[in-house]
Amino acid sequence: MNSLESSSESQPQSLREWLLSEAPTSRRQARMGSFYQGWLALKSNNLTMIGLGILLFLLFVALFAPVLAPADPFAQNLSNRLQPPGSEGHLLGTDSLGRDILSRLIYGSRITLYIVTLVALIAPVLGLFVGTVAGYLGGWVDSILMRITDIFLAFPRLVLALAFVAALGAGIENAVIAISLTAWPPYARIARAETLTIRRADYISAVQLQGAGPLRIISKHIWPLCISSLIVRVALDMAGIILAAAGLGFLGLGAQPPSPEWGAMISEGRKFLLDFWWVATIPGLAIFMVSLGFNLLGDGLRDVLDPKDSGDA
Amino acid sequence: MASPTTAKEGRQLSPFVSKSAAFTSSVLRTLGSILITMIGLLFITFLIGRVMPIDPVIAVLGERASKSAYDAMFIEMGLDKPLLVQFFYYLWDVAHGDFGISRLTARPVIDDVMRVFPATLELATLGTFIGVFIGVPLGVLAAVKRGTIIDQIIRVIALVGYSMPIFWLGLVGLLVFYGLLDWVGGPGRLGIFYVDLVPTVTGLILVDSALDGQWDVFRDAISHIVLPASLLGYYSLAYISRMTRSLMLEQLSAEYITTARVKGLSEWTVIWRHAFGNIKVPLITVIALSYAGLLEGSVLTEIIFSWPGIGSYITTALLSADMAAVLGGTVVVGLVFVCLNIFSDLLYKVFDPRAK
Amino acid sequence: MPNDSNNLIDVEDLWVKFPTRTGMFDAVRGVSFSLGKERLGIVGESGSGKSMTGRALLRLIRKPGIVTAKRMSLHGEDLMAKSERQMRKVRGQQISMVMQDPKFSLNPVMTIGEQIMEAYSLHAKGSKKAAKEKALEMLRAVSIRDPERVFRAYPHEMSGGMGQRVMIAMMLAPDPEILIADEPTSALDVSVQGQVLSIMDKLVEERGMGLILISHDLNLVSSFCDRVLIMYAGRIVETCRADQLQQAQHPYTRGLLNSLPRLDQPKRRLDVLQREASWRDASSVVDAS
Repeated sequence: MNSLESSSESQPQSLREWLLSEAPTSRRQARMGSFYQGWLALKSNNLTMIGLGILLFLLFVALFAPVLAPADPFAQNLSNRLQPPGSEGHLLGTDSLGRDILSRLIYGSRITLYIVTLVALIAPVLGLFVGTVAGYLGGWVDSILMRITDIFLAFPRLVLALAFVAALGAGIENAVIAISLTAWPPYARIARAETLTIRRADYISAVQLQGAGPLRIISKHIWPLCISSLIVRVALDMAGIILAAAGLGFLGLGAQPPSPEWGAMISEGRKFLLDFWWVATIPGLAIFMVSLGFNLLGDGLRDVLDPKDSGDA
Repeated sequence: MASPTTAKEGRQLSPFVSKSAAFTSSVLRTLGSILITMIGLLFITFLIGRVMPIDPVIAVLGERASKSAYDAMFIEMGLDKPLLVQFFYYLWDVAHGDFGISRLTARPVIDDVMRVFPATLELATLGTFIGVFIGVPLGVLAAVKRGTIIDQIIRVIALVGYSMPIFWLGLVGLLVFYGLLDWVGGPGRLGIFYVDLVPTVTGLILVDSALDGQWDVFRDAISHIVLPASLLGYYSLAYISRMTRSLMLEQLSAEYITTARVKGLSEWTVIWRHAFGNIKVPLITVIALSYAGLLEGSVLTEIIFSWPGIGSYITTALLSADMAAVLGGTVVVGLVFVCLNIFSDLLYKVFDPRAK
Repeated sequence: MPNDSNNLIDVEDLWVKFPTRTGMFDAVRGVSFSLGKERLGIVGESGSGKSMTGRALLRLIRKPGIVTAKRMSLHGEDLMAKSERQMRKVRGQQISMVMQDPKFSLNPVMTIGEQIMEAYSLHAKGSKKAAKEKALEMLRAVSIRDPERVFRAYPHEMSGGMGQRVMIAMMLAPDPEILIADEPTSALDVSVQGQVLSIMDKLVEERGMGLILISHDLNLVSSFCDRVLIMYAGRIVETCRADQLQQAQHPYTRGLLNSLPRLDQPKRRLDVLQREASWRDASSVVDAS
């Protein structure tokens, strides 16, 4: 059925009217309508849009890095080392090995995006699984899983990540695993809380009576409802994840040299801080901007999706 | 049944005869919970220690050990026993304060940790002070002036605070306030002239130098701690002001606030005696969590400022593959974390009249 | 509109508006009435603006709400012209308000005694001892049998009825002339409602106070009050004496009366109130007291 033509008015509705219609005629229309309304609410918050803009910019830069970067991020030129920003051909200057900082910054965005995406996939999924299983099955399964979650939560995140990387060895994948292992507990808690609320609903009993097994119930009925809280939490967490990844990079435990990871770049520039400040300062600004972007977006998403938690107008 | 005429009689006649009995059992349950969490913590560090790619025997004997020496040490370290038994030995050791010997310093890890911990404590405590005494009023102000430009400014300040990589801000701070302006002391806790002048009583230089009356050392220590503490303080106030604002907003829209205004109370009294009075208890939890967060934040800050605290200790040990030290340090920080969480829970139970 | 110098309160053309994203919302539209040393009931459904009227009298409505009136005076003094500081003297001491649910309207972390003492000390000079004495006296006045224990107790330890009595004690401690009771019994069990009402009745009578009783309960208001104002959609649609309520003219009032079940006039089906748009758009009936 083509909803665009089925309206009772003689003229075809505009897309906007169709989306905002008070009486949607198909499930697709209803769903898209609610997305659109959510988007309108999000759009009204200027700060959130700035955050979204920053993140889209990051995505753009990462995707088109080879086109945007003026130079090869790995190309060393020792005769040209430690040039200040604004020098010939190097908008942001060069580092201690003569490499163009702007290009390294641009390629570094790929690493940042890589880490963020991986952690954003692993940690919430793991947390969702643990939380919903614990919440749904209850009993001793719940107690044990929650005890494990509490134990992981009891650790200071960075310290635990350090310990993991110490055990597993340095490297970007290990850093991702270490961060994910410290990041999943809050998602488990959220998922469990949501599951406990949903579990008692009548429609769950109805599906059970129809013979659905726990796995089907959890995956088809409970997971979709947890998604919105998780999304908000992911957006808010990402800022912290980036900072943690940068911290690990700074300690030399993340992506290894000569990789242009932003945290590692700060570490490299630290030795020359007082006289050649740009080498350490500029990558930090990039980290700050991306983290800020995630925080702004996360705040805005929370205002739209979980309004009672925001405490805002 | 006679009407009770004193509160005491009232309590005795109430169906839950002894409220204190219920209180005691809940304290015991909490303690039991702490114990289990701590054991779990230790189990995880234990596992991490076993996962490492470095062979623990070789770590002790060196690579050239003969096979017989290797085998002997293997058995002596208990590595032939099942994992669970090894864990119990580990627990036993930990209970006696034995975290092994640091490869780097050749001293017991526990001694090292106790030596460096006060430095971190000093930093985290000062940082939390700043966070509380600036963050709480800012949060209250933001809540009271909600929606205005003041509120926006405070929220942006907080937002910037937790979007900032703290180690980077430390570098920038050093650059500007030490390198360019020379307003503060540089890295380290004291300038070289002042090191070892003051007898160590608590390990907290500010306290020790004050106790000993050596005010020039005190001033030097202040000039060195002000920058890293302010940094951590900023981090802390970002979190505390946000939480305070959110807690205050919840209270300010409550009915009893209207009642207070109806009585004719001044707005100041309404805000501080009534609304703030209701958030004092949850705020304690916020502060405890913030303190814990600073312990974590100090890890990176200490490196920037060459601050000889537990953060430096762990990372130095990490980079030298000194697993015993890394794990020992992690466990101690983890235990402090757990204690802070439990402590704040307990304070809640003690101070909230609704929980009595 | 009679400007009786006997009147305690005179309100003329009160408007309360709230700006929203979809335009200006008028909660109270051109309401006018006056109050003497009598009991005035304001009846209406949720959203009729009755609570807002009460709060507007105490100038409790804050930004972004906008309150305007041609006149809103107490003993001839214009309340609209008073500064916030001056209003604080009025609140509690001259006009007081009892709210609906003591679970929420009492401060959970202060003892009852502290809260009552605070209400009293604000408007009276005297030692703490005197304030404590007054608090205990007020608790006794609202028929609380163990005032010492209640003095030391916290609000969550009280039942609904007791909490509301404490609220009354607290609000009458500074000896105001006028009490506004905003749905005082709506959150209480039916069995306790009568008790609380009779206490309020006794105290208002003893002290010669004016009372504004705001409620959605028509029966309650008609039996308790001397005069009744019926509000709908921010306007007064009818005013009459409580004993003449059955002869009310306005279709809304008649609709309300007809929708109440009565033992003496059993019906097979209760009438459902049919609302007319004209009730919303007509101007407020001016209260001729």
